[in-house]
Amino acid sequence: MMEEVKEVTSTLSVDIQSIKVTEVVKEGDTLTFLIVSEKLSGTGVYHVDRTYDDFEWLQQHLYSQEDVSGIQGVIFPPLPVKAQVNASAKVIKQLGILGLGEWQPYCKAMEAFLRQIATHSILGKNKAVEIFLTSSDPPGRQRARKNIFNRLSQAMEGMRKEGHKDVDEFFQTERDHNIVITGYAKTAAERFLDVVQTEQKIAVACGHFSTALRLCVEQGEDPDKLDFSKVCVKLSEVFDSIQKNMTSVTENNVSTLGLGLDLESRYQEAEKEMLFRRTCKLVELEITRRNAEKAKPVKKAAMEEVKKAAETEFDHISGVAKDEIARLQAARVKMLQQALVQWCEKQLLTAKESADQFNQHLRAFRGMA
Amino acid sequence: MADTARDPPPDHTDFHELEDGEDLFPEPTSTLESGPASLPAEDISTNSNGPKQDSLFDDDTEDLFAEATEEVSLDSPERDVLLSDGPSPAITPITPPISVLTPRIGLAHDDMFTHSSFDEIEEEEGGDSFDMHISVSDPEKVGDGMNAYMAYKVSVKTSMSLFQSHEFSVKRRFSDFLGLHSKLASKYLHVGYIVPPAPEKSIVGMTKVKVGKEDQSSNEFVEKRRSALERYLMRTVKHPILLKDPDVLQFLESSELPRAVSTQALSSAGLLRMVNKAADAVNKMTIKMNESDAWFEEKQQHFENLDVQLRKLHASVESLVCHRKELSVNTAQFAKSAAMLGNSEDHTALSRALSQLAEVEEKIDQLHQDQANADFYLFSELLGDYVRLIIAVKGVFDHRIKTWQKWQDSQMLLQKKREAEAKLQFNNKPDKLQQAKDEIRELEGKVEQGEREFEQISKTIRKEVSRFEKERVKDFKAIIIKYLESLAQTQQQLIKYWDAFLPEAKAIS
Repeated sequence: MMEEVKEVTSTLSVDIQSIKVTEVVKEGDTLTFLIVSEKLSGTGVYHVDRTYDDFEWLQQHLYSQEDVSGIQGVIFPPLPVKAQVNASAKVIKQLGILGLGEWQPYCKAMEAFLRQIATHSILGKNKAVEIFLTSSDPPGRQRARKNIFNRLSQAMEGMRKEGHKDVDEFFQTERDHNIVITGYAKTAAERFLDVVQTEQKIAVACGHFSTALRLCVEQGEDPDKLDFSKVCVKLSEVFDSIQKNMTSVTENNVSTLGLGLDLESRYQEAEKEMLFRRTCKLVELEITRRNAEKAKPVKKAAMEEVKKAAETEFDHISGVAKDEIARLQAARVKMLQQALVQWCEKQLLTAKESADQFNQHLRAFRGMA
Repeated sequence: MADTARDPPPDHTDFHELEDGEDLFPEPTSTLESGPASLPAEDISTNSNGPKQDSLFDDDTEDLFAEATEEVSLDSPERDVLLSDGPSPAITPITPPISVLTPRIGLAHDDMFTHSSFDEIEEEEGGDSFDMHISVSDPEKVGDGMNAYMAYKVSVKTSMSLFQSHEFSVKRRFSDFLGLHSKLASKYLHVGYIVPPAPEKSIVGMTKVKVGKEDQSSNEFVEKRRSALERYLMRTVKHPILLKDPDVLQFLESSELPRAVSTQALSSAGLLRMVNKAADAVNKMTIKMNESDAWFEEKQQHFENLDVQLRKLHASVESLVCHRKELSVNTAQFAKSAAMLGNSEDHTALSRALSQLAEVEEKIDQLHQDQANADFYLFSELLGDYVRLIIAVKGVFDHRIKTWQKWQDSQMLLQKKREAEAKLQFNNKPDKLQQAKDEIRELEGKVEQGEREFEQISKTIRKEVSRFEKERVKDFKAIIIKYLESLAQTQQQLIKYWDAFLPEAKAIS
């Protein structure tokens, strides 16, 4: 039996791949997520329930690890936008494909978020993760102290600093590339959602048509009437099949490629944020250098200290960032491959099933004298 | 402009019967439009272009068709303007056409009318089972500007002996079709035959075409019209009576057709208005029809229900077509996004897979378009056709009521005249008495005629309805099979695309 390590950083006591968000429960206006994970010791399973605020708590804790060197170079796994009961149109738009259905895609995204954090070499060690996954009490709900990731201030400064020229060609290229991909990934995810939503409309229309057909069944023993009624009933079965097919196609779309494109889009944004943080640090660094240069002899030593500290930090950040970028590249290629393969396999299966069904219907109709 | 002279169809034994007998249509003046110009004038050919019994006794040219496009009251005299514009000129009629027949007085009817109806024609021609395929194709713009029109090629393939050759084609324009319908409607609707309605006119659609806009919407319009014209002709010729109508035969075979002058044909909207007005008029009359025949009451209700259901189905399918088109647009957009992603991607294999994804999505877009077309041309148009057909059916039922009303009116008038006669008798006015007796005899004839017409139209409607119900089932089945074939084919295509894409997706690593 593995003993639980009592450290500031901890090793997770659960099997990461077993982490599942099994369902979401509506309690009034709040959504509560039920999270299950298997103990590594093999002695059982943790069941916890968490609200979105708890997820944010976790995120804040991870953000505020100022003692971890180079933490700003980490590409933080992106937390989906808050899901709400009776969400406004704006929120629904932000949620994109995650807002579909009864929150199943959303749960999958939250699950992915937890696994991404748990497997992260730096983040996974934070004990907040262990608490989040295993503590039967909800983690503290206090808002974490203000941290470097205050988005509001970032947005204000963004305009000026985002375009700041880099000192490292690798990073300049990466920044340029990231902007392009972020835009395309977002558009692709949005357009895929449009496709999915139209498919849903078609499924509904097929259902209506099928129902309307069943209403055409006529009473009476007149053979012509019976014939026509039979035709209507069989045709309504055909449209039930079409509806089923369309629903299947949509589910396949959402659960594989849809989630994949959504994750890709959010991760590119996460990388963008990281690169921006580094750029901000670069600007700071250049300021400290100038200050050190211009400093009067009295202040010079102090300024040099500051400069050196900034340089060290910046180097650490850049080091972590490079690793993170490489990690992300490998991870996203793998993720997209999986998504595309699963998508293709599922659609292939659905197409074969539907082809069978339609051929069955065709035989039945041809057989009708 | 000469019409090809046609010999009477060989199997027409009735023809000989006529020459022998003189009791069929002894009155020489009013005859039916004869088919072949070569027929002798004194007899009425049995390959008549209208229901036999009707021609001679239709003293009442009052007709509701004027309602179709003009707000003419039911009793207005200028009625015939929208019906067949006079005799079909290419066939020189021996006698005036039905619509302007003078009333026949004092004709002794006999039972020939009940059995010398189209039952016989159908049975005699029975050896020649229906085998005909009509296609309307090659739309071609003729002329320029607002006088331009579309000419369509009407091709017939048939083994039926009714026609001079087995494969032939002619060029027709839209107004020719409307003209044909107008003629058929004027001859057959008011005696109970369900004449298939002509395709709708469309000012907007046609103007675009005339003006020369060669865009997708005007191409779609032309295709929609072409398809509608084809279905219209097929429906018309499937009707055993209409098939043998000389106007129909002329339309299909004659290389030149005189231009239909008044092509304000019975649009469905006009027909519906007419039917509604007739229904109102009937309701307003003090005597409502005592329906003694439950069959008609039940059928009328049945068609009311069917009308409602078909309209619902039609609306449902229209919505489906709309969404499918939307899906096609969205799929194309997504394909573009995928292509952009693929182009910007550094990782080679992923880049390739994304580009392949874009290609697959483009192909799927095409499938969606094809499916939308199937939805539309198969179901939406089928349902639309039947909604319009039901209007014609309702019209026919209303004509029956009108026929009944006419009969009742004659009866009432006769009753009055009899009473008047009795009075005259009492008052002993011999000269007026004779006149009264003459009038009574005339009215007795009218009453009998009215009753006969009513029975005939009732009988015809029963047959027509039965035919309609059978055709309906056949029609729907045929369309559904085509649709299922298209569905199955789409899935097969998808399977091919996914099969081809899978290795590409797996190759990313």
